[in-house]
Amino acid sequence: MKAGPPFRLGLILLLAPIVLWLSLLVILPHIDMLLISLRVRVAPRVYETSLANYVEFFTEPLYWNTFARTAIMSVTATAMTLLIAFPVSYYIAKMLRGRTKNLLFLLCLVPFWVSELVRTFGWMILLRETGIVSNLLQWAGLTAGPVEMLYNDAAIMIGLVYTSLLFMVVPLVTTLDSLDDSLIEAGYDLGGNGFAVMRTIVVPHAMPGIASGCIVVFMLTLGNYLTPILLGGKDSLWFTDQIYTQFITRFNWELGSAFGFLLLVLSSIIVWIGLRLSGQTLSESVK
Amino acid sequence: MVSGAPANDVDLECRRLVKRFGGLAAVDDVSFTIAEGSFFSILGPSGCGKTTLLRMIAGFQYPDEGDILIKGRSIVSVPPNRRPVNMVFQHLALFPMMNVAENIAYGLKRRGTPRSEIAPKVQAVLERVGLPDSGPMRVDRLSGGQKQRIAIARCLVLDPALLLLDEPLGALDLKLRERLKVELKELQSQVGTTFAYITHDQSEALVMSDHVAVMNEGRFVQVGTPQELYFDPQTAFVAGFVGDSNRWTGRVEDADTTGVKVVTADDLSLLGAPAGAGGLARGDRVEIFVRPESIILGHDATRLGAVDNRVRGRVENILFDGANSRVMVRDGASGHEIMVTLPQTGEFAALSRGQEVHLGWTLAQAKCFPAGDDAARAGAA
Ligand SMILES: Nc1ncnc2c1ncn2[C@@H]1O[C@H](COP(=O)(O)OP(=O)(O)OP(=O)(O)O)[C@@H](O)[C@H]1O
Ligand SMILES: [Mg+2]
Repeated sequence: MKAGPPFRLGLILLLAPIVLWLSLLVILPHIDMLLISLRVRVAPRVYETSLANYVEFFTEPLYWNTFARTAIMSVTATAMTLLIAFPVSYYIAKMLRGRTKNLLFLLCLVPFWVSELVRTFGWMILLRETGIVSNLLQWAGLTAGPVEMLYNDAAIMIGLVYTSLLFMVVPLVTTLDSLDDSLIEAGYDLGGNGFAVMRTIVVPHAMPGIASGCIVVFMLTLGNYLTPILLGGKDSLWFTDQIYTQFITRFNWELGSAFGFLLLVLSSIIVWIGLRLSGQTLSESVK
Repeated sequence: MVSGAPANDVDLECRRLVKRFGGLAAVDDVSFTIAEGSFFSILGPSGCGKTTLLRMIAGFQYPDEGDILIKGRSIVSVPPNRRPVNMVFQHLALFPMMNVAENIAYGLKRRGTPRSEIAPKVQAVLERVGLPDSGPMRVDRLSGGQKQRIAIARCLVLDPALLLLDEPLGALDLKLRERLKVELKELQSQVGTTFAYITHDQSEALVMSDHVAVMNEGRFVQVGTPQELYFDPQTAFVAGFVGDSNRWTGRVEDADTTGVKVVTADDLSLLGAPAGAGGLARGDRVEIFVRPESIILGHDATRLGAVDNRVRGRVENILFDGANSRVMVRDGASGHEIMVTLPQTGEFAALSRGQEVHLGWTLAQAKCFPAGDDAARAGAA
């Protein structure tokens, strides 16, 4: 095999950055985190291997309540993002042509030129007690006094869905774009109404896009820190906030690592269930 | 037969259909009827508005003017999913997310056919198109010809009043197209469904159809049986588009009741018969069409017999293609190249390039049409 060595070298050089990136930034920290999470401090600088951190998680209701709440809210936010993004994407991909289509797609991107922090402050300006919405309602005479719309679950939900929309719209527009118009027409021609065509042709075709959009949005939501804290306030009870507290405030890296590891397991399980339910495979949905 | 035709014999009637895109009329004042159980083709060059016409019948485009009637009932305001017509799309549009049986069952399910009846119906139509075992197959595993048959089966299972086919053979290779042409015609006569078939391939239209409409620039130029179109074209466009022809342009030198005498642009004097509507007068510019198979070939002038037009030339090229062989002869006087069908008698088997031959054809076989914009366009096509 004469072509062997140069080809090998090329392959190694090509793969080197991704292998380095994966091992240094993803695999190594996680192994370290797992190791840290499996020990307890018995005296200053003296550690012992034990499952105590995980036991503490399951015995302290605040922890696993926050954990479950974060999971449920994230799933809900993902579902709501899908429900809002799907009609928008369908309209962009299938109803519009040429310049209007590109323009509208670009308009979906525009909010993401601003940092997430600024965008979230935008929502705070709108929703706070002395904010625009509250003032508008008073001016219209719909409420007697100022209303506080921040620091509740609805505000968190709005922020999460808003932050996630783009990551749902992009894969959906891409897959819907690849759906041949004549398939939709054939669906109608053979007697299907709008709902039947949507259910039997459009959604099955868009399934890989739906799956990849949902995975990305779910992961981003679950790991989001800024939006729940700013819009939900002190009592937002978001699991990333617990992790932050353990690492930074309590300086309890052992418990924080255990939390981080549990979050990883949780997201993997939910994604796996989601793929199972929708009949997709991971390799298909990242295509 | 505009509106007096009895409704039960006519499946589809289009009345003065017009569809404009911007300023351009893609379909321009088209009226026709299709008799029940017949195979009707619409033949025309690319971009002449065939698909637009078919999409109006299927309901995907709304006509600007005119009316469409199926079995005597106007369907212009009926949405596509409730029209009794089905369409085989240009690229077939089989659903890739379903297998063959599900593709065929799709329409039945939408109609609410009981589950127990669907499977036997699907199987019956699969047998009808000669693919009884393909039910569980994935659509992308099918060959081009099989896909084509499944696309037709998917429509036929719904028993439509009219089946629309938009160049369904267009994407296939020549050999397969030749075979499917015959199969499609046989299938149509077996099931008895009315077919409206569009194509830009004249041989497809001639082989399969009971009636053919030749379309150009949004209008129907001539409607008739394949024989009428071939032997009795009414315009220069039809004469040029349907079948092969030798063509000359010239000016009428003399005209009487028996025919016209024309001097061509390259100074050849020919006798021909006026064709189409309206006569010809002295000085008119004309186009002359002569079919390659109506030209008699001879080694010497005496073999031609009593013909009105005689030309002497040299063999330029022999295009051997079995029964369909042709000879290109360069006219000695004018330099015009003439295509002649090689007789199958074997008499000319030894014909070689550069050999001198005599050509002749009768007056009736040289069809003269007034040269108009129409003719100029046909020349460009
Ligand atoms: N949706 C549309 N918008 C604007 N113009 C159109 C549209 N559909 C068709 N046209 C125009 O109408 C004319 C006829 O198009 P059509 O598709 O009916 O041609 P066709 O005869 O089917 O051609 P082909 O044999 O190439 O399929 C063309 O000039 C085309 O550009
Ligand atoms: Mg077309």
